[in-house]
Amino acid sequence: MAVQEFVSPTSLSEAQQAVGDGTASSWLAGGTDLLVGIRLGARDPARVIDLKQIPELTAIQVDETAVRIGAAASAFDVLHNSDVPSQFPGLAEALNLIGSTQITGRCSAGGNLCNASPAADSIPALIANGAKCRILGPDGERTLAVEDFVVGPNQNALASSELLIELILPRPTPGTSDAYLRLTPRTEMDIAVAGAGVSITMDESGECTAARIAIGAVAPTALLVEAAAEALMGSQLDQTAIDAAVAAVRAAARPICDKRGTAEYRIHVVGVLASRALANARARIKKAHS
Amino acid sequence: MNAYQEFKIIGSRPIRPDGLDKVTGRARYGADLNMQGQLYGHVVRSPHAHAVIQSIDCSKALAMEGVLAVMTGDDLVKPGNEMLGSGEGAMALKDLVPMVMSQGKVLFHSQAVAAVAATSPELAAEASEAVEVAYEVLPVVTDLHKALAADAPILHDDRFPDGYPDEPTNLATHISLTVGDPDAAFEKADVVIEQTYSVPMCHQGYIEPHACVARADAAGRVDLWCCTQGHFAVRHYTSAVTGIDAGKIKVTASEIGGGFGGKTTVYLEPLAVVLAQKSGRPVKMVMDRGDVFRATGPAPGAETKVKLGATCDGKLVAADVECLMDSGAYNGNPAGIPAFMATACYKLKDARSTGRSVYTNKPKIHAYRAPSIPQVTLGVELAITELAAELGIDPIEFRLMNAVEEGDANMMGASYKRIGLRECLEVARNHGHYKSAVAEGAGRGVAMGYWINAGMQSSATLNVIADGHVSILTGSPDIGGSRASMALMASEVLGIPFEHIHPQVAATDSVGHTDVTGGSRTTLATGQAVIQAAEQCVAEMCRRAAAEWEVEPGLVSWSQGAAHYGDQSLTFEDLAGRAGAMGGPLTFSTSLTSTSTAPGFGVHICDAEVDKETGRTTITRYTAIQDAGKAIHPDYVEGQMQGGAVQGIGWALNEEYLYSDEGALENPGFLDYRIPVASDLPFINAVIVEVPNPLHPFGVKGVGEVPIVPPMPAIAEAVYQSTGVRFRDLPLNPPKILAALANS
Repeated sequence: MAVQEFVSPTSLSEAQQAVGDGTASSWLAGGTDLLVGIRLGARDPARVIDLKQIPELTAIQVDETAVRIGAAASAFDVLHNSDVPSQFPGLAEALNLIGSTQITGRCSAGGNLCNASPAADSIPALIANGAKCRILGPDGERTLAVEDFVVGPNQNALASSELLIELILPRPTPGTSDAYLRLTPRTEMDIAVAGAGVSITMDESGECTAARIAIGAVAPTALLVEAAAEALMGSQLDQTAIDAAVAAVRAAARPICDKRGTAEYRIHVVGVLASRALANARARIKKAHS
Repeated sequence: MNAYQEFKIIGSRPIRPDGLDKVTGRARYGADLNMQGQLYGHVVRSPHAHAVIQSIDCSKALAMEGVLAVMTGDDLVKPGNEMLGSGEGAMALKDLVPMVMSQGKVLFHSQAVAAVAATSPELAAEASEAVEVAYEVLPVVTDLHKALAADAPILHDDRFPDGYPDEPTNLATHISLTVGDPDAAFEKADVVIEQTYSVPMCHQGYIEPHACVARADAAGRVDLWCCTQGHFAVRHYTSAVTGIDAGKIKVTASEIGGGFGGKTTVYLEPLAVVLAQKSGRPVKMVMDRGDVFRATGPAPGAETKVKLGATCDGKLVAADVECLMDSGAYNGNPAGIPAFMATACYKLKDARSTGRSVYTNKPKIHAYRAPSIPQVTLGVELAITELAAELGIDPIEFRLMNAVEEGDANMMGASYKRIGLRECLEVARNHGHYKSAVAEGAGRGVAMGYWINAGMQSSATLNVIADGHVSILTGSPDIGGSRASMALMASEVLGIPFEHIHPQVAATDSVGHTDVTGGSRTTLATGQAVIQAAEQCVAEMCRRAAAEWEVEPGLVSWSQGAAHYGDQSLTFEDLAGRAGAMGGPLTFSTSLTSTSTAPGFGVHICDAEVDKETGRTTITRYTAIQDAGKAIHPDYVEGQMQGGAVQGIGWALNEEYLYSDEGALENPGFLDYRIPVASDLPFINAVIVEVPNPLHPFGVKGVGEVPIVPPMPAIAEAVYQSTGVRFRDLPLNPPKILAALANS
């Protein structure tokens, strides 16, 4: 079957109308996964509903408490036309790694999340920053943490007629920064063999008062590794604490062997990436303090 | 002594005539032509890597509305033992037809078994699913050694290589050459290195997939437009595969988005022609990326055993090189080149080299930039470097002590004429890159490479236009800036501005026979045809001026775009404008079989840094040095050197065909078949060395292929220097390097 219908609603209510009960429909943001999937025969929607004409879905808003990224806002807009890079440099690193410059012009953080690839770059960075998903369905709205939104490889928690509206990231408190790193054989146009996103908060004495560590491409979904965060809490991010966090990260990883890397390799490398991401985040905090 | 010693425009860097169309997207590539009323062809491909085709039923597909033709292998000729072409391009018809479409048996996954033509691409794809093929599935073998084992499934029970006449085997070819007495010479060596090295099967990775449009007229004549490195070869092969007289086939080459040897044969073209004849409508076919990877000829993977012996004073005294190469499902003849050329860079009086190739359930291998030499050179050059280290001699110094020069004979018994290998090594030794300190944590590797370079047949036609401009027709598809080079050479001889010369790639019936753009031969051989046509034009213009002035033609000289006698002169424009009254149109055609070819040599220096915690390698500095004879347009010589180096970097680090146990390719796309992207690479510094080729009027040597030869061993050595661990099996991807570091 080929796509039979292309709809381009301009409001959320039109979008809800267009999707009906959701059968045989796909939401289209940047299309960098959907169109490839249709071409490969992996996706076969009869109706494609474009979301980019709905203003709420492409807006990027910053208020006192949170940064809100519309689900269809392009990575390029997030990177170049918003305060996200200054607030969340790690999330910016992750978005900048999706595909290539051409791809970031189209793709969106919301689409990267909904596509739910185990290797998605933005998901560990979103989880590390405590991002929440605002979801609209026929019975109203609900909110879900990003780590609970992805339920399996290429499976998300949306019911067939539900729509991800925006991602809500709490504004970082003073002494907080994030970082994301991945390993790919190439520098771009590649899929993470392993990825690690971290967000840490340090008080003025250098003590770690908050931490979130998320890892990607080493399990069916990106994982929030609470044990790694606990290993850092209260520490000065000394080598013993880092080593304990790395061990916790490696213990949490349960990767597969495939053409992109062996399980053994991924477990090792995800620890290296977490350690380096922690060093990068700490350096950012120190720079902000100085 | 070269006929031309000083140049006015050769060696300058004007903008290529085809450049603007390419950067603005107007240039027309294979898939850019559409004909009114055209149908779309779609190929039905085997889901099995080894199977007998029991039956093919196309009736349901043909019954669909909008499906106008179907075909199977029965619509192509049944090959016997006919050979196509000669010399370098020789190929058996029975090795070509099944790469277009199978007949009775499939030997690799995604081999074509049938094709349909319909009114839309979607309908053609749908109809291809309605073709019912029954298979008897057979066991699959993809590994070289398993294919030679006693219990291996045999791909061809009717083929017996020379010397193995008794029982069927998967050994496709076996060639061995010996000079002197290598076994005795090893006895005299103080140091002997013996190691085995391997390189995976890889693909040329051209960006433009195969595409064509074919139309047949009512009289059965065929008009074919396609993306190819050689439209005369396409005509020849399409004729051989379909049985249509070559004289009834006209082929026009589109612009080409990369080929690297992979577009010197046919895949879709005969199918489009047959479907066009059957349907009476033009048929367009475009291969998708997955099928390019799965069903067109990649470069053979290979395993090379190298044994080298040297004396303490640094003299290489003996070599024994044995290369086992993957042929894929049919005979791609990869084994001869290692046998003939494995040690071509070295002075050796006692040497043996052996090439063997093996049938496996993979697509038949095809030419890729200096075919088969990069694989064997990995082993030879790494062994040379290991030997130099054992002897405590600098690797460039050791190569200089043993490098071939004029008068030395190679394994084929031919003596080198004026070659530039030593000059390249001296430039490398004195280069700032080699003299610089290696960065902390990084390593440096050096390697050199050889390619024989082809000559072959070329033609050119030069037409003088009344306004003094010139059109030049050649039959060489422009894959690397050759039109700019042709215009430069014509401009040099004629003495008229580069911008007044309009080079074109003409169709098969508009210019004399021309072999493929391949073998690094186009600037040399087609260029020589252009030079000769331009020289004929000058001679005729001088003759006409002499007639006008009523003097002997021998007294008229030609310079700066004009004929001169005493204080009289007639310019090119004068003579062009008055051609009709002075003897008629000025048209000059030349055809030649080039005998002016000279081998190419290059030396590469690579710095690489391995991240010891992740195993990931970054190429940090790269210098490619090569003898170009005379660089006609240096930009495109440098472009060849840079492009070859980049392809070698990709092959060294990440490129690799990955097959499942069932023989299905697991990475048929650029996402997981990792050619390098721009951000993976440092600036590739290209240093052109010019040791003129004495056989060519301008001193040209072919440059396109040599630069892919040295990179793999240069990079492998740099990785060793960075890590302290020797790697002899490529690719050097991060998991492999990290595992080796963990075990060391």
